[in-house]
Amino acid sequence: MDVLKIATAGSVDDGKSTLIGRILYDTKSLTTDKLEAIETKSKANGFDYLDFSLATDGLVAEREQGITIDVAHIYFSTRKKSYIIADTPGHIEYTRNMVTGASTSQASIILVDARKGVIEQTYRHFFINNLLRVKDIIVAINKMDLVDFSENTFKAIKAEFQKLIDKSAYAEQNITFIPVSALQGDNVVEKSANTPWYSGETLLEHLEELNAQDLYEVSQVRFPVQTVIRPKKDEFHDFRGYAGKLYGGDLSVGDDITVLPSLTTSKVKEIHFFDKQFDTASRGSSFVLTLDDDVNVSRGDMIVKFEEKPQVAKQLTATVCWMDSKNLVPGANYFLQSGSNRILSKIKAIHGQVATDFSNIDESTNALQLNEIGSITIQLSKPLAFDSYKNNKASGSFILIDAQTNTTAGVGFID
Amino acid sequence: MWDTHQLTKMKNRPTMEVLEKKVLEAQTDTRTRLNVAHLESEAIYIFREVVAQFEKPVLLFSGGKDSITLVRLAQKAFYPAKIPFPLLHIDTGHNFPETIEFRDKLVEELGVELIVRNVQDAIDQGKVVEEKGKYASRNSLQTTTLLDALEEFKFDAAIGGARRDEEKARAKERIFSVRDDFGQWDEKNQRPELFDHLNGKIELGQNVRVFPISNWTELDVWSYIEEEHIEIPSIYFAHTRKTFLRDGMIWSAEDAVVYRESDEVVEERMVRFRTVGDMSCTAAVLSDAFSIQKVVAEIRDSKISERGARIDDKRSEAAMEKRKQQGYF
Repeated sequence: MDVLKIATAGSVDDGKSTLIGRILYDTKSLTTDKLEAIETKSKANGFDYLDFSLATDGLVAEREQGITIDVAHIYFSTRKKSYIIADTPGHIEYTRNMVTGASTSQASIILVDARKGVIEQTYRHFFINNLLRVKDIIVAINKMDLVDFSENTFKAIKAEFQKLIDKSAYAEQNITFIPVSALQGDNVVEKSANTPWYSGETLLEHLEELNAQDLYEVSQVRFPVQTVIRPKKDEFHDFRGYAGKLYGGDLSVGDDITVLPSLTTSKVKEIHFFDKQFDTASRGSSFVLTLDDDVNVSRGDMIVKFEEKPQVAKQLTATVCWMDSKNLVPGANYFLQSGSNRILSKIKAIHGQVATDFSNIDESTNALQLNEIGSITIQLSKPLAFDSYKNNKASGSFILIDAQTNTTAGVGFID
Repeated sequence: MWDTHQLTKMKNRPTMEVLEKKVLEAQTDTRTRLNVAHLESEAIYIFREVVAQFEKPVLLFSGGKDSITLVRLAQKAFYPAKIPFPLLHIDTGHNFPETIEFRDKLVEELGVELIVRNVQDAIDQGKVVEEKGKYASRNSLQTTTLLDALEEFKFDAAIGGARRDEEKARAKERIFSVRDDFGQWDEKNQRPELFDHLNGKIELGQNVRVFPISNWTELDVWSYIEEEHIEIPSIYFAHTRKTFLRDGMIWSAEDAVVYRESDEVVEERMVRFRTVGDMSCTAAVLSDAFSIQKVVAEIRDSKISERGARIDDKRSEAAMEKRKQQGYF
């Protein structure tokens, strides 16, 4: 069955959690016991309707404040697809959790409150979805019931949003607008009688038909080595296998390969998965491979096809989204981690802060604060094999780890 | 595509002979060999990161279907090498006998080390007090024994079979979940987790709970058990059992551990268990699913969630979150 990973986005109180609750309810994905719990709690809270956000706001602090603080992962299936939804926070303070939720998604639903139209968090979240290169965006204009299902309001918001799209450089992105009421269910799963002027798909219809972008969209083989398998058993005395997950392309027995950063060359001898061998492994799969020659390969190295080399350098320029309360400043040391590779690095320069309304870069900035996005150059203590993020999401992205606190302080997308 | 006739007994697995030559796939947009191939690949990736990033990992093994699935995934991640970490069972003393029997057999077949630590010991030492009354359970008492065991062996990563679809606080968990010296989960301040860049860097005294099957649903686990022919304890299948009803749930009357009022009538029913926790907090469900195929079909049509039969979650709306803050896995 096809799997579709989706993230929600939009400002606080735009109804993200309610929308997900509504999808679960209308697709009959809420089990009886969960539904009863929601009914009881909604009544106790004095609601005269079912408060579907209770289905996803799993923390006490979230229910107390009526907001989403951290990403909740929700799972449901239709006959056509399995869905994994990351319900992300709308509050600006928790932007980092929103980025976390969107990082592995193939599609995003951005909610807009029909009464408020496009506001700061709308373009911020749209910008982040562009930065992350989420290919399919659904703009759900919500709370249509509160604007009398007005076609003019829908059109006005759409036109306003279109101005943002015009500024975006990500031309391959597909953007769809749907008028909904998450609370009442209009155009979420069932077509609404209240919007006769809208002839498009409902939200779920759209998701069901979506030809989701392949998560590993590149054709080039990228195989970062996680660990070396050396069984201490008689029957596998000389076995030396390299374990990892393949990001992009297909790798076959006999392929000429290069090990990076050492540039050593060899050929793929065998592809093992558990107790079986395969001719070819395709992108997304985890396996163990052996090489023809006894070369030196260890964790953090990357195996690529001979003719498909990425960049190998001790310096890179990237856009970073800062996630730590301690500011990012030039000269600071961080561990840069990309997949299985972790390298001590220094922030060489901050070129400026990027405005999330696509307007400009503020070059006067010399530090990035929590939830700010900027362009930086990083100096690495060892050479790293990497790609541009637009060519490979795995080898084109990294996290920065604070050397003192060990926290994940930021995420970078390589230019 | 996948050879469904592979041997089920792990000790009899063939060594590295070539059974078939074909393409290994894990993509979701093509025909996959398994329904859950992408989840399997993700879990294997996580296992390998644990072994590479931590000094002393351990796999928390309860004898339930989720931890049995973890064991199979760990085998796959490191084959032909052995699973490079021990299993740890926190024994409440209230286990279904079938589970313990199964556990010992599995460990023998795999040739891995099993560590057992008993909740009873913590009770005897006066570290925890046994709950009293009708709903007494040792489930939450496990936390103390777990934290003690992690400290005793200096384990820095504890791998567990918790899934995000189980419960709404678990839906908020990271794959690498950092805990402090007291095992506490700081739910409002979790590390961002992006792409496959798993950050396992910790300070001395901290440890990480790792959840390789975070993104699996209950149905995914059952489908995997079916497709992989994984053996599971017999209590997961329909059987006749002496039971009684309380609060609309079916409880086992065969074990002294489960408290029963004198007016609660014992009857034989055809039941099975959907989860295998501490006997005192795990209710049975009516079922005629004798085969794994029927279990999968039953789960697919179920109108009640998996933890709907777990009394420990019904104590309050935040029961799981509170337990996790105190170090529960």
